[in-house]
Amino acid sequence: MPGAIHAEGLVKTFGDVRALDGVDLDVAEGTVLGLLGPNGAGKTTAVRVLTTLLRPDAGRAVVAGLDVVRQPDEVRRSIGLSGQFAAVDEYLTGRENLRMVGRLYQLRGRQAKARAGELLERFHLADAADRPARTYSGGMRRRLDLAAALVVSPPVMFMDEPTTGLDPRNRQQMWEVIEELVAAGTTLLLTTQYLEEADRLAHDICVIDHGRVIARGSSDELKARTGGERVEVVVHDRAMTGTAAEVMTGFMAGGASGGGATVEQHTRRITVPVSGGAKLLAEVIRELDARGIEIDDIGLRRPTLDDVFLWLTGHAAQDAGAAEDAGAARDAGPAAEERDGR
Amino acid sequence: MSVATGAVDRHRARRPVQAVRDSLVVAQRNLIRMKRIPEVVVFAVIQPVMFVILFSYVFGGAIPVPGEKGAGGPLVYRNYLMAGIFAQTVTFATAGAGAGIADDMHKGLIDRFRSLPMARGAVLTGRTIADLVQTALTVMVLAVVAVLVGWRIHDGVPRMFAAFGLLLFLGYAFSWVGALIGLTVRTPEAATSGGLIWLFPLTFVSNAFVPTSGMPPFLRAVADWNPFSATVQACRQLYGNPQGIVSHAWPMRHPVWASLMWSVVIILVFRGLAVRKYRTATA
Ligand SMILES: Nc1ncnc2c1ncn2[C@@H]1O[C@H](COP(=O)(O)OP(=O)(O)OP(=O)(O)O)[C@@H](O)[C@H]1O
Ligand SMILES: [Mg+2]
Repeated sequence: MPGAIHAEGLVKTFGDVRALDGVDLDVAEGTVLGLLGPNGAGKTTAVRVLTTLLRPDAGRAVVAGLDVVRQPDEVRRSIGLSGQFAAVDEYLTGRENLRMVGRLYQLRGRQAKARAGELLERFHLADAADRPARTYSGGMRRRLDLAAALVVSPPVMFMDEPTTGLDPRNRQQMWEVIEELVAAGTTLLLTTQYLEEADRLAHDICVIDHGRVIARGSSDELKARTGGERVEVVVHDRAMTGTAAEVMTGFMAGGASGGGATVEQHTRRITVPVSGGAKLLAEVIRELDARGIEIDDIGLRRPTLDDVFLWLTGHAAQDAGAAEDAGAARDAGPAAEERDGR
Repeated sequence: MSVATGAVDRHRARRPVQAVRDSLVVAQRNLIRMKRIPEVVVFAVIQPVMFVILFSYVFGGAIPVPGEKGAGGPLVYRNYLMAGIFAQTVTFATAGAGAGIADDMHKGLIDRFRSLPMARGAVLTGRTIADLVQTALTVMVLAVVAVLVGWRIHDGVPRMFAAFGLLLFLGYAFSWVGALIGLTVRTPEAATSGGLIWLFPLTFVSNAFVPTSGMPPFLRAVADWNPFSATVQACRQLYGNPQGIVSHAWPMRHPVWASLMWSVVIILVFRGLAVRKYRTATA
């Protein structure tokens, strides 16, 4: 059975820009897909195609079992959208905005009113409910926009950077709201720049760049593909970074995929991929000590989604220019795999 | 959180009913906006009032209305002029509708509307209805000012209302032109100027301000068949105001029918184009 969201070979060009260049997506019912990618990767374009706002130049997309090109009206009845930029009427109050959206979702007047009241409470906007949205702060507008997307709880939701601009508390609360929605059976496609958010909410992650999918999998799978643990050392004396890097390269895991030691001169930080855990850490400390290298900080680090993101998108950028890297990248990175596959 | 899953389907109204309902919801939204930005309404009223005063007192004595008793008198011209000013005023709804819709596109609101399961033309119809209300308000104020400077009707109140009806219908038709302009140019500034510039030739190459009898034959033909002239002429007839020497062109002989027909044609054509454009519009 195809998922609640299913797209094949989506292409959308704007002039010379191929905003989507053959994107395939599949989101199983009741799950969350996190769509990641650098600025301009095509995330918003993908969301706009899937929500019937843009017609794809090629490819096919089915949302809640309905074709977005051939049955746009039916699709709209089954989706909720919160776009990247808050789409609220500035001259209407928060309450009026939500009531209007409720009415346009074909709720009855009284239902729309009750729902607006509930959502205003829920999103901590009750105090500002009767002020024009123009007087709201950026984060308040964002919340109002999210509330508008949740007026009815359609089976499939799209949220384009839902928590951008929210303070940590409101972000946390937004996550809880999303988790509740998903627990109630909603399917969600979420784009985000906060990888922590994807880590927490998304069952599956899809990384796109230049309009192509460069990696997909669960957060753990992606982290595993980036490589295992690394040891990170901050040396006290900048002059010692070279020696320290040499020492640490000696501890590098054979065949580790993250490349050699990375040296950040200005922070005096050296990172190497390793395998061996805490025991290895002690050895590294002893060896550095024996060479008289004073250290400020040392730690064992598991890759974060940030690492995955930087690694994947970094590779993609390099590959475009350097053909000789392709061999190395093929061993190491899914970025190359995806590209070769086509 | 009590969720209303499935509500969308349960309350899915039948199509025409839904279209009317959605349009009214959007119209209400636009009327609330007008109430919150009264400057817009105030300027919309001041502009035609200024025209009435300028034309009445500056040109009033200089433009004779041929074929009328006391053709040179300022009061004759004022009474001749008023239908023209009314008609010009209602066509300014074009710029309002255009700017409003462009603004919605600009702010991303159109995206929100387009992702909702609402009737297709409702965003535009709602806007044009709200503009119609504003235009009616403007015309009312203007009529009072007109009476103050000496304008009178001579054929009774029912015919006067018929004339205002024709005017508002024309204004409504023109707001669809504005809607199309707004969807095409995408920025409110461009929509305002784009909505206005073409109104100047349209309203000046007509019988609104000067009798067409003095125009060169080509311009006169254009003026006689101008949709705008038909409404102006119809209003003059219905108000019992001076008409000057009326041309033999069909629309000038049957101005009420001509006015109605023009308005219907404009609505059919421009509504169709605008709704189509709306469906593919991207901000
Ligand atoms: N309407 C448009 N006209 C022209 N180019 C566009 C349009 N919309 C998007 N693009 C281009 O398509 C590419 C993808 O844009 P998109 O908005 O989908 O990126 P994104 O992944 O959402 O980026 P961000 O993280 O910055 O939001 C960009 O190069 C952008 O310039
Ligand atoms: Mg985006």
